[in-house]
Amino acid sequence: MSKFQKPAWLDNGVVRWVDYRLPIFSFVSHELYEYPTPRNLNYWWNFGSLAGIVLVIMIVTGITLAMHYTPHTALAFDSVERIMRDVNYGWLIRYIHMNGASMFFIIVYIHIFRGLYFGSYKAPREILWMLGVLILLLMMATAFMGYVLPWGQMSFWGATVITNLFSAIPWGIGDWIVTLLWGGFAVDNATLNRFFSLHYLLPFVIVGVVVLHIWALHVHGSNNPIGIATKGEQDVVPFHPYYTIKDMFGLGVFLIVFALFIFFAPNYMGHPDNYIPANSLSTPAHIVPEWYFLPFYAILRAVPDNFIGGWTTEWLGFVIVEAKLAGVLAMFGAIAVLFVLPWLDRSPVRSSRFRPMYKWFFWIFAIDCLVLGYMGALPAEGIYIVIGRVATVYYFAHFLVVIPLLAKFEKTRSLPKSISEPIFGGGGVAAAGAAAKPMEKA
Amino acid sequence: MRKIVTLLIVGISSMAVDTTVHAAGGGKTPPAHQWSHSGLFGTFDRASLRRGAKVYREVCSSCHGLRLVAYRNLIDIGFSEAEVKAIAAEQEVAAEPNDDGDVEMRPAILSDRFVSPFPNENAARAANGGAYPPDLSLMVKARPGGANYLRGLLIGYKEEPPGGVIVPEGMNYNEYYPGNMIAMASPLSEDGVEFADGTKATVEQMANDVTTFLSWTAEPELEERKRMGIKVILFLLILTGLLYVVKRRIWSDLH
Repeated sequence: MSKFQKPAWLDNGVVRWVDYRLPIFSFVSHELYEYPTPRNLNYWWNFGSLAGIVLVIMIVTGITLAMHYTPHTALAFDSVERIMRDVNYGWLIRYIHMNGASMFFIIVYIHIFRGLYFGSYKAPREILWMLGVLILLLMMATAFMGYVLPWGQMSFWGATVITNLFSAIPWGIGDWIVTLLWGGFAVDNATLNRFFSLHYLLPFVIVGVVVLHIWALHVHGSNNPIGIATKGEQDVVPFHPYYTIKDMFGLGVFLIVFALFIFFAPNYMGHPDNYIPANSLSTPAHIVPEWYFLPFYAILRAVPDNFIGGWTTEWLGFVIVEAKLAGVLAMFGAIAVLFVLPWLDRSPVRSSRFRPMYKWFFWIFAIDCLVLGYMGALPAEGIYIVIGRVATVYYFAHFLVVIPLLAKFEKTRSLPKSISEPIFGGGGVAAAGAAAKPMEKA
Repeated sequence: MRKIVTLLIVGISSMAVDTTVHAAGGGKTPPAHQWSHSGLFGTFDRASLRRGAKVYREVCSSCHGLRLVAYRNLIDIGFSEAEVKAIAAEQEVAAEPNDDGDVEMRPAILSDRFVSPFPNENAARAANGGAYPPDLSLMVKARPGGANYLRGLLIGYKEEPPGGVIVPEGMNYNEYYPGNMIAMASPLSEDGVEFADGTKATVEQMANDVTTFLSWTAEPELEERKRMGIKVILFLLILTGLLYVVKRRIWSDLH
């Protein structure tokens, strides 16, 4: 008898009546009760559903905040303070939203690094992966615009710096884009208004892409720590109840961490300057983005002024590439390179557990990203510039040199025959019910 | 699981860079003070709040506003309604236009926000030798170092700057101010105010009290937030423990 059974409630008369006309119950049954999930997923696999839950938390708190917020340069800052002081539990809702953004990025970054470690981007999950990168891009745009809304000093100056990046695009296109983003010729009320509008819109676009992401996921199912395809019923369990309960436990752990920030260190991840109202006549000593942008900010600043003047200008021939543009290209390139990762890594083995060299380079890359984040927070001077440049070069070298070479030269370990083989010994289909050794981390 | 925790710790400590970097701006790092409102169970010291409010009203408020705080908010920290009404009535605000369309002044009432000392930034600068005394409502949240910085600033004035440092006309030397040169003269002097509870008004005492008061104006929700936080964390610990037990049970047929 299969362990993948339709739930009993599908036989209910009302359910059947509805389902005949709109098969929403069959859909739930198919995607949860009958959806086969590898039995060996470890806790790193919790972060996908966690990200989805945080997205919902962000949308709910965001809609509530929008009921009290005023997107006008003269009123925005005070309207946020009004939420903090006079709206019932306004401080709670705002602190959830504010810290939720940071939590969302922590979760998504862990989710991405899990994908990198276990090779989740490889065939047949390339589109799943690319949709994920698209979600990251949308998240960045949404978070950036959200940070502008309180109209504090960092809001204003962050908006000024980041929107100005687009002016580096040549042929007048850049200036056109910047004017369009600003809604005028400076960061001002029109900018704040359109950022508010887009900040409200983009999360729903993210929801749309998340639906596609999950759709693509459910075609071939989750990758797993061993990285080999599931080969039969002994390798899989139904998503519900096994992973629903595991995800809920993970959610509980996450909520504890989240609550510690909200209630006991709500401004820890923010910047004090953003409690100073925006002032276009007074530039903060150091303009820094939110922590989750710091690695990319470091890459942006890493390109030296005289770097491109020499060879690239001639190489590109007709394009005069300025350092600023090169920095912008590098920053966007840092994400663009993720899109093509499935084709840069031709190694047939997915999981790092069977890739002794890639495993090391993965950790070096992870440290490199932390170094970049650290450099992004420090002022661009002295040794920090050098470290930032080396780390930037390594970031790209990891994808463009190390990964393709590893695919060619790395000696991978031999893969188990199936997911259940290390558990039951032998590929045993019949062994499924036998006394099993404890499974690692499950 | 241990890996997750380690990673979280590494991640969070790497974020700490941000604030530490910006604390270094030319001034010394102010000494850490033991605040009654810090820590998981911290609450504002009511007596200190009351003294701090007096320091603000008698010293700071001649130059610095508190525009985000309403007079009624003082009731939350132990002032009686009559006391607050009297405090509000000391100030005048513009009334609604009367039947003739003239705008007259009326005494402030509970629902009004603290009246700022200057009508606008230009007036403030004109009266202060070109410097702009910032509003203090959010000051504790708006500076790296928060309450410690503010307290440090108030006790950090040096009559004699260290050797070789020339203090320009109209500026003052302060150990903890970024760049050390501050336009504001030392605002607190021994016995500058008289505390009703008999506490001796030393400079440090007044600095502690007014900083406690301004910590409250910046985070009036602090006590409620921490109280709720304890309950939420306790609830989540129990819930998560139960979820773990259920998870073990459901998975037991696979192990």
